[in-house]
Amino acid sequence: MKILVNGAWHDTEAVKLAVALGELGYGDQVVATAVNGEFVGAEARAHTTLAEGDRVEVLAPMQGG
Amino acid sequence: MLELYGATLRSRLLLGTARYSSPAVLKEAVAAARTEVVTVSLRREAAAERAGQGFWSLIRELGVRVLPNTAGCHSVKEAVTTAHMAREVFATPWVKLEVIGEDDTLQPDVFGLAEAARILCGEGFEVFPYTTEDLVVAERLLTAGCRVLMPWGAPIGSGRGLNNLFGLGALRAHFPHVPLIIDAGLGVPSHAAHAMELGFDAVLVNTAVAQAGDPVAMAAAFAQAVEAGYAARAAGPIEPKDFGTPSTPVIGQAFLG
Repeated sequence: MKILVNGAWHDTEAVKLAVALGELGYGDQVVATAVNGEFVGAEARAHTTLAEGDRVEVLAPMQGG
Repeated sequence: MLELYGATLRSRLLLGTARYSSPAVLKEAVAAARTEVVTVSLRREAAAERAGQGFWSLIRELGVRVLPNTAGCHSVKEAVTTAHMAREVFATPWVKLEVIGEDDTLQPDVFGLAEAARILCGEGFEVFPYTTEDLVVAERLLTAGCRVLMPWGAPIGSGRGLNNLFGLGALRAHFPHVPLIIDAGLGVPSHAAHAMELGFDAVLVNTAVAQAGDPVAMAAAFAQAVEAGYAARAAGPIEPKDFGTPSTPVIGQAFLG
């Protein structure tokens, strides 16, 4: 299925968010996630189910004012 | 000492971490500013680049408190969700709450700000709202649970200083016991000194330092200005007068005409 990760489409067979993040290379990184605009905490990723067309945001610490 | 949500700070200068020419310059600027609080944000991370991971390592090495922002959020929902994400990543209840209402001036949407503050304070966040000098909005934010306010001096990044001295003075006078931090628009150290002389508790500076010709030297200059302004306020400045008053005694002056 296709999911939109940070604005780019990705093909994945992963059903769970945690698995998809691992596939995408975020496995060991400090990131925060949201699916379809809703925050998904780190502990909830393993049991958060993805569906076709879901919008996933993966954010990391960055410079800010 | 400055107290913000129970944290006691010696420095009254908060520093933004954006727009520096390199991480090394940022690190030196933080040291030169003698700041104890830096602002940070969350942005999309490309897995292969790991840019955020490197930045986060640098910030942790600095040993300062972080104040995550919700910069760029235009709605209550965006700001609240960003705050949740920031709390997890940065492991702090502090959030500099920005809800932008107008793109040319980056003026806060104070209606959305008050609503987002109400939600986040109710969830245990310690909210630093980026607001205007409006007294009614300030009262709403305090009622929502905010215990610090961050009024703008001028539009973010504009370097114009304190645009509305009357309004800022009124805000200070109305809320004498609320920590007030001038958040945006300062351009040069004299702006920061002026804010402190008016009785503000601290200032937050980013662009004025990061984009200076020598950011490290400018960070040091802001630190000195904040200290000087704070000391001056504590020392009791004289009231301005409309006429000249001789400072040298008139009695005993020779008649030489």
